[in-house]
Amino acid sequence: MAKEYSFYPGCSSERRASASNYMVSVESMCDTLDIKLNEIPDWNCCGASIGYAEGGELPRHVMNARNMALSEEASPGQDIIATCAACWLGTKETSERLRGSDALMADTNEALKEAGLQVKADQEVRHMVEALIEDLGYDELAKPVTKPLEGIKIAGYVGCQTNRPFGIVGESFENPKYLDKLVETVGAEPVEAYDQKVTCCGGALAFSEPDKSQVLIKKIIESAYDHGAEMIVTPCPVCQLNVEVYQGMINKKYNTKFNIPVMYYSQLMAVAYGSSAKEAGLNGNVVRSKKLEEIAAK
Amino acid sequence: MRDKNAETMQKYHNDFLREVEANVEEGDWVHMCMQCGVCAGSCPLGDAWEHSPQKIFMMIRAGKREEVLTSDSMWMCTSCYNCIVRCPRELPITHIMHGLANYAHRLGIAPKMNPTRRFAKLFWNNIVKTGRVNELKLSISLYFMDGFTNGVKTSLEMTGMGLGMLKTGRLDAMGLLRSHGIKDKSGLHKALKKAREIEDARKGLS
Ligand code: SF4
Ligand code: SF4
Repeated sequence: MAKEYSFYPGCSSERRASASNYMVSVESMCDTLDIKLNEIPDWNCCGASIGYAEGGELPRHVMNARNMALSEEASPGQDIIATCAACWLGTKETSERLRGSDALMADTNEALKEAGLQVKADQEVRHMVEALIEDLGYDELAKPVTKPLEGIKIAGYVGCQTNRPFGIVGESFENPKYLDKLVETVGAEPVEAYDQKVTCCGGALAFSEPDKSQVLIKKIIESAYDHGAEMIVTPCPVCQLNVEVYQGMINKKYNTKFNIPVMYYSQLMAVAYGSSAKEAGLNGNVVRSKKLEEIAAK
Repeated sequence: MRDKNAETMQKYHNDFLREVEANVEEGDWVHMCMQCGVCAGSCPLGDAWEHSPQKIFMMIRAGKREEVLTSDSMWMCTSCYNCIVRCPRELPITHIMHGLANYAHRLGIAPKMNPTRRFAKLFWNNIVKTGRVNELKLSISLYFMDGFTNGVKTSLEMTGMGLGMLKTGRLDAMGLLRSHGIKDKSGLHKALKKAREIEDARKGLS
């Protein structure tokens, strides 16, 4: 039977936005796994990690609570799933704060009343990866694999926000293994010794403090190369963007020759499940993965 | 113009810890810090922090109001949450850093030219307008933040990246013109206005 979730796609997933290819691959993956995503009607931005500075506390929670209220109306009883790490974190943070404080709940609902809404915070807020691992499990995820990604060495770059502060159940903060396990599940070879798997990519500060952030990004890529990886995989649109698109600038500045594809876990899964390159969003990567494109074309 | 900064200072009789507890997000945790120093080594942009979170907590208790609120250290926080999962006293350090930055910004004494402060303001205004991020408008305002000449220079430097994104369909060249965003903008605007009113009243910022 199809699993059903209330779905919060987030701004970067929109058509012609920076993670539009993530969304394409998620749709293919979910088709195969018989997962039904009910998009929250008229959802708004989560405020992202940088929203605090101008937005403050209550307005930020109200942004997230509006989505939660719309979700409670449209898909009562379902968990909310987010594909973006920042959307997930922001919404989950608001949900936990609301549940923990009657005063904040009252303030939030007073503000939401202006939009004709009311929030209860009675739905769990989860990242797509959590739902895959906890509700289906690695064995279930391996079943539809028709084209194992044999012989590809992949560094699992977990980053920050799917890992801290909440994390995935059963994983450690310093050495989470779920991405490596997902890589194995699709028949590829995880680079288990990859030592920068939880290093921060700079997040939003990649825009405002580019030089400082690129030092971090360089470390993340260098370690992947040093351990023999030919590809990086990540669950976060911010990580994906930062690690992929600054490679050219870093090459210029540091005289490096970085040219490593940075893929989403859902792209690996879509290809392994037999999707075409287009269905897996492979044409959306700035640094293309020839190997994945070849497998998808087979 | 009223000087909110002077007003709040007077209200708390220079008891900065009490002011932080009352007005800064999660500020009532500050007194729980036991100065172990674990968080001090956790920030990814550590070299750029003149005062580590540990030091900031010490300075708050020592009443160094001006030094804390005008510091650009909190603005170096990448929201990596390293500190939160490591702190033995479970202080929500990330949120306190965000809270201090926001409070200083609202009092008008945060470092004016700090790029993250300016970017954050652009970002919030960008999303509030339509309810969703418009990445093209946001990048353009970011590049032109330091005036036209610098903006042209930055956009040229970023052209390689931007073209890559355009070619792969991940940046909307028409994003300046196309209407964009949520349907109930007015509901969102009203709710946010109310939220700000409530928060400002609580924190003495109105
Ligand atoms: S880790 Fe926690 S207790 Fe230790 S100095 Fe930092 S805030 Fe204080
Ligand atoms: S969340 Fe902010 S304060 Fe905490 S370790 Fe990361 S950069 Fe430092």
